[in-house]
Amino acid sequence: MFVLETNRLTRHFGGIKAIEDVSFKAKDRSIVSIIGPNGAGKTTLFNCFTGITKPTKGSIRFMNKEISGLQPHEIANLGISRTFQNIRLFSEMSVIENVMVGQHTKRKYNLFSAIFHNNNFLIQEQNILQNAFEYLEFIGLQNFADMRADNLPYGSQRRLEIARALATEPDIILLDEPTAGMNPAETEEVMSLIKNIQELGKTIILIEHDMHLVMGISDWIIVLDHGVKIAEGKPEQVRNDPLVIEAYLGKETIN
Amino acid sequence: MIKDIIEKIRALTKKSIIFRSSLIAAWAAILFLPFKDIKTAVMMFLSVLIGLSAIFFVRKSNFYQTFLEEFHPDFPHRFRKPALIALLIAFFVSPFILADYYLDVLIISGIYIILALGLNVIVGFAGLLNLGFAAFYAIGAYTYALLNTKLGLGFWACLPLSALSASFAGLLLAIPALRLRGDYLAIVTLGFGEIVRLTLNNWDSLTNGPNGITGIASPSLMNLSLGRLEYFYYIVFAFVLLTLAIIRRVESSRIGRAWIAIKENEIAASSIGINITKYKLYAFTFGTFWAGIAGTLFASKMQFVSPESFTFIESVFILSMVILGGLGNTYGTVLGAFILALLPEVLRGVQLYRMLILGLGLVLLMIFRPQGLLGGGKSVRIRN
Ligand SMILES: Nc1ncnc2c1ncn2[C@@H]1O[C@H](COP(=O)(O)OP(=O)(O)OP(=O)(O)O)[C@@H](O)[C@H]1O
Ligand SMILES: [Mg+2]
Repeated sequence: MFVLETNRLTRHFGGIKAIEDVSFKAKDRSIVSIIGPNGAGKTTLFNCFTGITKPTKGSIRFMNKEISGLQPHEIANLGISRTFQNIRLFSEMSVIENVMVGQHTKRKYNLFSAIFHNNNFLIQEQNILQNAFEYLEFIGLQNFADMRADNLPYGSQRRLEIARALATEPDIILLDEPTAGMNPAETEEVMSLIKNIQELGKTIILIEHDMHLVMGISDWIIVLDHGVKIAEGKPEQVRNDPLVIEAYLGKETIN
Repeated sequence: MIKDIIEKIRALTKKSIIFRSSLIAAWAAILFLPFKDIKTAVMMFLSVLIGLSAIFFVRKSNFYQTFLEEFHPDFPHRFRKPALIALLIAFFVSPFILADYYLDVLIISGIYIILALGLNVIVGFAGLLNLGFAAFYAIGAYTYALLNTKLGLGFWACLPLSALSASFAGLLLAIPALRLRGDYLAIVTLGFGEIVRLTLNNWDSLTNGPNGITGIASPSLMNLSLGRLEYFYYIVFAFVLLTLAIIRRVESSRIGRAWIAIKENEIAASSIGINITKYKLYAFTFGTFWAGIAGTLFASKMQFVSPESFTFIESVFILSMVILGGLGNTYGTVLGAFILALLPEVLRGVQLYRMLILGLGLVLLMIFRPQGLLGGGKSVRIRN
């Protein structure tokens, strides 16, 4: 079964064809990696999935429902969540609050509950705090719960973004370069973290430059270049694809 | 040559607190010269000198840090509870001790605290600059004034109605205005403030124009008039506590967290499912609600309203309270409102120049503590 499908998805920025006629399908509970050189259109693809930019043409279907016209928060509520290439934490908030706010749409109560601290409020707020701690434990930041988010080291900030995304209880989680700026040990940790997320029953779509990580972890790889899908397949298929090698190494070196 | 002299002065300012203070004090005094006589300028010089030296010494001695840690929600606080209880008791017994004049000043500060707390929801939590907050204050005040004088409705019946009409006006303004960002939103709210004031000023048949509305009733409870200063003081005191309690609770709920998230990063907030537009509207309607409450209190205190009380300067004054206390910090806002509301009374002799002093104070604040008196820590939006 496929959870996410795009059909001839296109997004132009003026004259720039950021993505052009991209079609692909992501299988339920799989890890799909999107790779490609800088400016290939990977982040733009994520922005289309999450409603941050509207596609110029084409369709995006999530669990057989068309989502390409929806608002970002509507898409998040349906069950697609993401992290950002340039970290976007709520820096003034503490680490735990960043995760708590992630449960905004999952644990609800209204203004009057908040004012009167009624039962519903107490139960929900208790759950929010408890879940937030569990997510922090999951990514290994439980000892930093009280710290201001922007005081965390860079690598931890990236993991905190993952925890915040998980807190929305998504079916699909989109990770935009989750290991950017990390050392090999941290990268290794994130790799096993991604495996663990898959085991929770979630589908992961990953943008990643680290080929070692991509080849080791992905069930399916999609290669973009200049906005166009130039190859897709299992890691071993993609690895040996001449078009991919050309895109990555450039024409000169091939000849 | 000149460079050397400037360098020397620089070095001296760094080294000597007194020298640094006297430079600033001299500057402030010179500012005053065109407006007043030399005596005022000297007074100004001396008071600024003493004030600033005190501030600088306190900063150096870390007293301020200790004070901050005690009252800032981030830190474990040993003295906070006893201090707050002492404060509460002090405010509670004030009417028995203080002369009417001081009670009057405290009542006005209380009204400003409610206003500033409301504005802090919009500007400090949700990050939406509002330069026309006095308009909602005016709507609250006039709603009570009109309902009372034209229809004879009492204070308690009007209070929710005025609060809701201010709130509704907030919603009506926010629906179109929230399409705009930053500076544009500020300009639209400023424009709205002026429109409301000009309407009140010119709609003679309803509002009696610049002459205002007189004969507004004080609150009463079962035929007992609560217009006496001491009673009114307790009413305002109770409303300040109520406002503070409610806003603290909302702040540390999912609603408050959503506001902060929007202020910090709209894209990230929407990506976790927060409906940005809805929560901005929420902030506007919730914040302006308190302006309506404050307006009603103001009208029943003065028993008179006129457009003059709701100028652009008034909006700026309320915003200054929020900024002084620390944007987004509830206790800071209370402190900022209290200080700025007392300021004109403290500076009675130079009342005409309160805006000048306010400006000077804000400039100094921006230089030495841009995050406001109590701002700049991490937020605490967990129920505690
Ligand atoms: N908002 C925008 N306005 C104009 N052009 C844009 C916008 N967003 C992306 N682009 C352009 O679209 C192209 C694809 O950008 P995108 O960020 O999707 O690439 P990417 O594959 O994520 O690259 P990187 O590996 O550097 O992150 C680039 O040429 C970029 O300049
Ligand atoms: Mg990118």
